[in-house]
Amino acid sequence: MDENTIICRCEDVTLKEVRDLIKQGYVTYDEIKRITRIGMGPCQGKTCGQLVMREIANATGQKMQDVKFQTNRPPVVGVKLGLIAEEGRRDEE
Amino acid sequence: MKNSADVVIIGGGISGCSIAYNLAKKGVKNIVVLEKNYICSGSTGRCGAGVRMQWGTEMNCKIGKKSIEFYEHANDILEYDRDVEFKQGGYLLIAGNEREYEQFKKNVEVQHACGIPSRLVSLEEAREIVPHLNTSVLTGATFCGKDGFLNPFKTTDAFYSAAKRLGVEFNTFTEVTGIQVEKDKVVGVQTNRGNIATNCVVNATNGWSKGISEMVGIDVPVYSERHQILVTEPCEPLQGPMVMGYSLNLYVQQEPHGPFIMGRGDDKEPRDLRMTSSWQFIEEMAKTVDLLLPPISKLRVVRQWAGLYNMTPDKSPIYDKAENVEGYYMAIGYSGHGFMFGPITGVVMSEMILGEEPTIDVSMLNLNRFKTGKLLIEPSVV
Repeated sequence: MDENTIICRCEDVTLKEVRDLIKQGYVTYDEIKRITRIGMGPCQGKTCGQLVMREIANATGQKMQDVKFQTNRPPVVGVKLGLIAEEGRRDEE
Repeated sequence: MKNSADVVIIGGGISGCSIAYNLAKKGVKNIVVLEKNYICSGSTGRCGAGVRMQWGTEMNCKIGKKSIEFYEHANDILEYDRDVEFKQGGYLLIAGNEREYEQFKKNVEVQHACGIPSRLVSLEEAREIVPHLNTSVLTGATFCGKDGFLNPFKTTDAFYSAAKRLGVEFNTFTEVTGIQVEKDKVVGVQTNRGNIATNCVVNATNGWSKGISEMVGIDVPVYSERHQILVTEPCEPLQGPMVMGYSLNLYVQQEPHGPFIMGRGDDKEPRDLRMTSSWQFIEEMAKTVDLLLPPISKLRVVRQWAGLYNMTPDKSPIYDKAENVEGYYMAIGYSGHGFMFGPITGVVMSEMILGEEPTIDVSMLNLNRFKTGKLLIEPSVV
């Protein structure tokens, strides 16, 4: 596969960047995330997560199910702050 | 993993990596860093990514100023081929009542005595600096253009990479389970991956520092407390400086690549080690932003998380060596600003360990001050 393929569309990270980091010893999802911002954009790893985990599995010889994904954090989808504030104020009434 | 070392540093956050780098640069050969998770997985990697000189005590002003002066050249000094993303957009501190504004005036005097270019600004000027700020609920503000944003992951990675090149051994996913003391002297460290013989241990674990100190029988008067943060989707450049207030309880900054990062404290937080997220935080944060910085409330929250403040009774850090246990050092209790002080933590701790003349005299940040009552109370912590 072309190594210039973008595998994180939120943060514009290429396959080559991920493979280079793995070679340098950043071999967990969380470590790669903290350098590249993979999984931190609007998709929260829903698009790129599996692709990165497969790269880690292939490079380290682990099974996919043994590669740890990042901590899933709330909210599940993006919510406007104004809407949350509005609902919060309604609760106070 | 080595089975003996001249210095063992516990904690792979900004403090541990900076101490390791400074010791190695001064020629110490046999340094081992132990991190129970991965580098930057604890308090550093969860912090608000802000750095500032605007403090209320002379000590914190000095440490903050020197740290920022280092960060201005961090990429070059640490020969980092990525970028620590330092942006000096300033901090606009906003007062929500007269009492707080009076405190700001005192703080600015302390800052000026330390050569920090902060200033009191009128509400009109505050609106020029941040046009979307709702000043109707404010009584005053201060601004320092040297303060700003810094990427915690890349900065820690820069110290880590530089220390590694100088020969420091980093062991990640290695948890310390005990510290061996014989005749009031440190003789070794036990981990889940084996033991290391050493006569010098540095506790740089911040949130977990109380438990590590208990391993050598020292009771430190610190506690950990969850603090939460959220981040929005990215948008066009909208806000240069960090906006922060203590009584209004918020800090809000736009990162260089677009998202807004924001947090607030909660004085009802229990004192423990949990780092879970709560809906109460996101709701209170949203209400605060909607009131003070209305246009930002149009942005979507994409993620929230939490980290630990390691609080001391005076909200100033502890840099010290133990009186009764030879070879046990502490760089802990940052009360929410360990990342900002990272460069100086490394400098002063390496000097303390090697018995050198200190760059900044931090002897007042000793552990004994909580017994003698000579506290350095920091008024400016969110």
